[in-house]
Amino acid sequence: MTPPSVHATTTVPEDEPRYRRNRESITRDQQTVLRGARVAVVGLGGLGGATVEILARIGIGALTLVDGDRFEATNLNRQLLCTEKNLGRLKAEAAAERISRINAAVAVRCVPHHLDPGNAVELIGGSHLVMDCLDNLPTRFMVQAAARQLGIPMVSAAVAGTAGQLTLIEPGDPGLEAVYGPAEAAPERGAEIRLGVLPQTVIALASLACNEALKRLLGIGAGLRGKLLLVDLLDNRFDIVEI
Amino acid sequence: MPIQIQIRLYASLKPLEPPSAASHPLAPGTTAGEVLAQLDVPSARVKLVFVNGRKADLSRVLEDGDRLGVFPPVGGG
Repeated sequence: MTPPSVHATTTVPEDEPRYRRNRESITRDQQTVLRGARVAVVGLGGLGGATVEILARIGIGALTLVDGDRFEATNLNRQLLCTEKNLGRLKAEAAAERISRINAAVAVRCVPHHLDPGNAVELIGGSHLVMDCLDNLPTRFMVQAAARQLGIPMVSAAVAGTAGQLTLIEPGDPGLEAVYGPAEAAPERGAEIRLGVLPQTVIALASLACNEALKRLLGIGAGLRGKLLLVDLLDNRFDIVEI
Repeated sequence: MPIQIQIRLYASLKPLEPPSAASHPLAPGTTAGEVLAQLDVPSARVKLVFVNGRKADLSRVLEDGDRLGVFPPVGGG
């Protein structure tokens, strides 16, 4: 299946102040493409909160926000959407509110439910690309299965301590199996059980993941398809390996 | 004559990286799996093994100048 292409319907005005200073990096035509793009963000914790912030500010036209969790005190260490005042609140609602404050032009579909094999295709369907911002391996594989069925690319990032990894998976690619092995043999969680998830790492990986998504949507730059970016901030290690 | 390889252990495996990681001496014919056993890296915590930037098996025989990298499963967000 050919991944859907982005068809922009509304040209971004030449004089729109929000994007004017980006022009040398993102042309008006490219900005228009981003405005026509629909992206699903699955998981609205550390990775997802930072991802939503970046995608809203860069001008993605429509965001689907999927997470059934509510904020708890253990999220305060890294999750940008979590504050001392909104503990107990649904993450998807907090993300939708944040986007409305940043960029009201972004069309938001707020889904305060967990993704599962029964609803994955419906939740992600209609998107041009999906961001895997989850915190457990089984659900990551569910997102990948849905993306494959829908024929859309998926950007997948994961973090433990000061280490992280990132890849771009197109439909038909070995994808997560090449990273974690077969889905049925993959553990529920990884090294983050011991190391936790630190804010500087998770925000760095979210930034890199958004950059990967933007390049894919615009068809520019060198992507991470078939490759895995391995990061360890402790030693400033950035390696790209073929998977 | 021992060969020399470079070893990079990531995330939770990093504490097991030897002081000689930048130039680790090895008997010719040693496999990636044997190196990890020598370093007491638990096999259950090994997910991705790569040599010179490409995915490799634990049975891979290492050669002089090889760069061995090992990543545990990482899934946090």
